[in-house]
Amino acid sequence: MESATAILSAQQLGIGYKTGHGGVKRVHDGLSFTLHRGELTGLLGANGSGKSTLLRTLSASQPPLAGTIQIEGRNLSTLSERELSRQIGVVLTDKTQTGGLTVYELVALGRQPHTGFFGRLDRHDRQVVEEAIEAVGIAHKAHSYMAQLSDGEKQKAMIAKVLAQECPLVILDEPTAFLDVVSRIETMTLLHHIAATQNKAILLSTHDIEQALVLADRLWLLRKDRGMCDGVTEDLILNGDLDTLFDRRDICFDRAHGSYYPSVQWEKEIVVEADDETLLHWTVNALNRNNYGCRIAPGESHTPLSRLTAKSKNLLLLQTGNDERQFTSFADLIGFLKRQD
Amino acid sequence: MNTPPDKLREKRLLAALLVVLLILCAANLWFGSVRIPASAVWDILCGRECEKEVWKFIVLESRLPQMVAALLSGAALAVAGLLLQTAFNNPLAGPSILGIDTGASLGVALVMLFRGGSLGLTETTTLTGFAAIIAGAFIGSIIVLGTILFFSTIVKNNIMLLIVGIMVGYITSSVISLLNYFATAEGVHSYTIWGMGNFSGVTGDQLPYFALSVLVGLFIAILLIKPLNALLLGDRYAANLGVNIRLTRNLLLIVTGLLTASTTAFCGPISFIGLAVPHIARLLLGSSNHNTLLPMTMLCGAVTTLLCNLICIMPGESGILPINAITPVLGAPVIIYVIINQRKIQYFN
Repeated sequence: MESATAILSAQQLGIGYKTGHGGVKRVHDGLSFTLHRGELTGLLGANGSGKSTLLRTLSASQPPLAGTIQIEGRNLSTLSERELSRQIGVVLTDKTQTGGLTVYELVALGRQPHTGFFGRLDRHDRQVVEEAIEAVGIAHKAHSYMAQLSDGEKQKAMIAKVLAQECPLVILDEPTAFLDVVSRIETMTLLHHIAATQNKAILLSTHDIEQALVLADRLWLLRKDRGMCDGVTEDLILNGDLDTLFDRRDICFDRAHGSYYPSVQWEKEIVVEADDETLLHWTVNALNRNNYGCRIAPGESHTPLSRLTAKSKNLLLLQTGNDERQFTSFADLIGFLKRQD
Repeated sequence: MNTPPDKLREKRLLAALLVVLLILCAANLWFGSVRIPASAVWDILCGRECEKEVWKFIVLESRLPQMVAALLSGAALAVAGLLLQTAFNNPLAGPSILGIDTGASLGVALVMLFRGGSLGLTETTTLTGFAAIIAGAFIGSIIVLGTILFFSTIVKNNIMLLIVGIMVGYITSSVISLLNYFATAEGVHSYTIWGMGNFSGVTGDQLPYFALSVLVGLFIAILLIKPLNALLLGDRYAANLGVNIRLTRNLLLIVTGLLTASTTAFCGPISFIGLAVPHIARLLLGSSNHNTLLPMTMLCGAVTTLLCNLICIMPGESGILPINAITPVLGAPVIIYVIINQRKIQYFN
């Protein structure tokens, strides 16, 4: 994005944390990156790769070990608590005691950086709170207790809180953990929408790679001991940067479908052809799971291997030598393959 | 947007509680070991002459200070409990369960021992005496609070922290027992009486000092309403909202110490008020928002202790019951109710 303006940038950043006995555990060194307004950035990495340490350092919960972080051109460490609270809003996975607050009261807490000593809300504050609740789509629950909300709605309320805080940069630590699929998709779509429409920079860590690949404008791939790889999603995928994210030989990245799968040495091989992409994908899926490596070869070819031709989901032809069988469903086919073993 | 909770209900509740408070205040002045007609009590309060001079003395020098002491202690202990529950993110925290009033007791016991060889408040009437007792109680409670706060950085589990608090309380109690062992027989006797809790221990000339320290504590608590609400989200969220966590925690520690120490020094270690009353207030109010919860907790605390004191003076001529015989009977069922119904109670989730 040419028009995107940088909000936060880091140069040669070293991150880590203090260990119990006065020592310091360095997690990463020499990280340099920029966050832009209007962009949703997804931070991906295995457990222990330093995602949380990085997010804590960026939200000034802990100091960097080296390098500098600039927010809107100012050094992060020179900002007062109050200034900081107006620049960076966070959504964490911490346990809260908010069951006895209404959604409105919770979201109103987001106004604290802007209100006076007793936290009284004026008309503008109330308007911001109401808009934030509308923006996350839980206006019908505005005066329900937090305890009465579903997990997905609770997370939306926390996002509304951070919107009410009116920070240009929002950092979320695994906002979709503990959510079901529908809530995960809703939450990620909502965050993507907010980044674009409210011109905020949003940085979130997640294990939900599928959603991140679909909705993140930019990815940060954090790999233990090998630093960070930063770029637009599609560039990273096609450069093969996601292939090495987890640093494990037995986990492979499927560039075509954007997902990880376990790599296995198949015991048997089979030639597969299918009439369309979807059918081919799921035929291979079924065969792989049942220990068949697949050689995708449309048209006639002479091999001693068996050949499976998927005409439709109800017509699967298996040819072994001169023997030819016909199956009307994958259940039939798999049942037959299992009996062969 | 769905309809906001009924503000009218809140106001009605507040009004009803104020009426109950006034009735209890009146009842506390009216009842006692000596029968005084209500009209005479009214006359005395209005500054008019009454039939017997001794009645005037009883109402103004005994019943009135006792009533005010009960009212202030209730508000103080209940607020101390609320602050602890929010600060430690633990609905089962309270000044007595965490051993804070035991700490205050130890302070009082030490001062008593060093100052005259006997324990208890009864003989000490000098001004420096009170100051020393309050200071001792305050230091004792702050030391225990600091210890608990230190352990809370290591022990993240709420129940474990409560158990640590109970253990610290036991150790402190042991020290007090040892001190008692070396004290005189009368000292032990007066300490035991004091330990059962008694609002009549505060005399008319002590009352201003007691009232001042409690009111200062309550005032600072009111100033902390905004950060207290942020703390409902936990430390890291609160820090992100611009709250200075260390300053807020230290202030909470000092206020809780001051409130617990003043009531303990004057009225003895009173159990269950700090633990149970914040729950009563939350259940009545249906909210954890300190804007309304803090005043409600003060009011409920005052009502509860006035009720307890009334029950204590009910036997009339045959004497008064110790306050700590009554508070658990009222407080413990509340806690059991809250624990059993925790899934249904909103603020627990």
